Amino acid sequence: MDLENQKRVKEFTEEYGAENIVVLLGAAEGEASGLAAETVTAGDPTFAGPLTGVSLGLKVYHVCEPEIKELIDEAVYEEQISMMEMVLDVDDIISEMTAIRDEFCKY
Amino acid sequence: MSLLEGKKVIIIGDRDGIPGDAIAECATSAGAEVIYSSTECFV
Amino acid sequence: MNSVVKGTGYILVHTPDMIMRNGTTQTTEMIVNPGSEYLKELPNHIRTYDQAVNYYPNQTYIGNMTPAELAAIEGPWYDKPMENAPRYGKFGEIMPEAEFYLLMQTCDVFDLMRLHKDFVAEHLEAFKANPIIDETIVARVNAGVEQDEIEHFVNDEHAEGIYYNDKLVGYLKRAHDVDVNLSAHVMLENIVSKASSVLATLYAVQNAGINKEDVDYIIDCCEEACGDMNQRGGGNFAKATAEIAGLVNASGSDVRGFCAGPAHAIVDAASLVKSGAFKCVIVSAGGCTAKLGMNGKDHVKKGLPILEDVLGGFAIVITENDGVSAEINLDMLGKHSVGTGSAPQAVISALVTQSLDKHGLKITDIDKYSPEMQNPDVTKPAGAGDVPLGNYKMIGALAVKRGEIDKKDLASFPAKHGMMGWAPTQGHIPSGVPYIGFAREEIMRGEIKKAMIIGKGSLFLGRMTNLFDGMSFVMQTNTAAEAQAAAGVSEDEVKVLIGKALKEFAANLIAE
Repeated sequence: MDLENQKRVKEFTEEYGAENIVVLLGAAEGEASGLAAETVTAGDPTFAGPLTGVSLGLKVYHVCEPEIKELIDEAVYEEQISMMEMVLDVDDIISEMTAIRDEFCKY
Repeated sequence: MSLLEGKKVIIIGDRDGIPGDAIAECATSAGAEVIYSSTECFV
Repeated sequence: MNSVVKGTGYILVHTPDMIMRNGTTQTTEMIVNPGSEYLKELPNHIRTYDQAVNYYPNQTYIGNMTPAELAAIEGPWYDKPMENAPRYGKFGEIMPEAEFYLLMQTCDVFDLMRLHKDFVAEHLEAFKANPIIDETIVARVNAGVEQDEIEHFVNDEHAEGIYYNDKLVGYLKRAHDVDVNLSAHVMLENIVSKASSVLATLYAVQNAGINKEDVDYIIDCCEEACGDMNQRGGGNFAKATAEIAGLVNASGSDVRGFCAGPAHAIVDAASLVKSGAFKCVIVSAGGCTAKLGMNGKDHVKKGLPILEDVLGGFAIVITENDGVSAEINLDMLGKHSVGTGSAPQAVISALVTQSLDKHGLKITDIDKYSPEMQNPDVTKPAGAGDVPLGNYKMIGALAVKRGEIDKKDLASFPAKHGMMGWAPTQGHIPSGVPYIGFAREEIMRGEIKKAMIIGKGSLFLGRMTNLFDGMSFVMQTNTAAEAQAAAGVSEDEVKVLIGKALKEFAANLIAE
């Protein structure tokens, strides 16, 4: 994850409290989703950014996961996401995201 | 309690997946407060 | 009458030593994590020049194989070398690092870059032997300096070291002691961009069969900025390129739009020509050192070579209608507007169907789409997916939504109306433009009638706006004969014009 984004995630978590924050991802693939999710839960796996060694354990989802999709206004989802959902391998994304949450999410 | 309603949402979008702004529209519609939205680019 | 694509140049430069020292993934890692496994492991993943030349996507970029031929070889391609592939191709070449350092030095007009005298002596003959490098450029080669001078500037004067096979062989010093916009780092990026743009421009002029004196205007569309602290993006790469390339009658300017820059620049150029303001305009761009090894961490982790080891460059010559060349149809433009939003479907609709709807055309009326032609060998292991394929699936899905193809035909849409990507991830380089050279030929051979070139740009990375950007245009079969007939020009006059143009075209083919 981009270093500036890691810095912002860390600062907002300190400001609002980890339990009040949800991170939503839009990555193009399962593996990239998993890496971003790992960064905001277990810490930066690439050891490059401000979240290196910082385990925030934040709640994190990909926007195409069913838990999130069902909360979004149907018309808005249709307009913003639906066609891209057809392009992405959503099953792969779900399995990567679930694995990371099961292991590292604290909330 | 809903996963998103009343929550502070941080968005990390992807240029070749779903961009940040598109996710922000969705999160707002679910009653979340978007506190940060960014879009990454790997190309 | 519409302007035409008269010729194209596409070049790559293999720059293994710049990956570690100038790629931002690596330079950032050196700051935040200097002893990392990645930095230790990276040198074991660098490809040799021959390996980079023998790589199918690179051979496609310089025109030695067609996109269709590339697609016939199952990917990934990095482990399937094309044995004894040539350095030179129909569109350009893959220049080795040492010769490129000489070219960079000739593009430095402020005495900032010097190479070791032995290095110059060792590589000058090869540099001179390149048919595209003319005597005016060779005359700019500096004989070189002693090692003491190189070490002094690198150690004491904040110069960037120039390395070859990991050995210090030159320096590129800062152009100002205080101004960060003229730092050695920025000057190196800019001279690299300029030199690769010069190389591509020389090929484009040659391939178009025009004289250097014919060029009226040049537009640079790379993603760098040149200027000083009082005008950071003052410009201009275009005219600087034209000067070294010998385009004595050209003026020029820079157009920027992140990866969408080339599409904007080509529409600008076509407009200048169609309006009659200029007869011959070149759009060119050089490569980007910062993006070398950009996704290297993923490549190394997965045991792949560092595939982002080449700089890219291209140049497109746009002229008045010659009666035969593929045209740029300015009545078929698509653009991402401020109000379009960032939803992927809104973006792709704005870029693809806007212009089709204006003419009552269907998505399937465009034979080939060239959106962002990034090589999937590079992007898939890095988690960015197969970018062109993603675009084709979106365009196909739009066609299904509009009732123009059956849902069962969606799976075959990418192969029928698209291509596998072959361009290096150099930002603006893959953005639609790599296909223009092939599209020109396919249209002129009658294999296709219409191709849509699509550029998309991540404007939000500049932190000035959260907007996305994009621009598209259509290339098509020449319509000069129809247009002239409609305007009352006699058939005989048209025949004379076409005959003349065909003769020129044939002469160029023979010259190749």
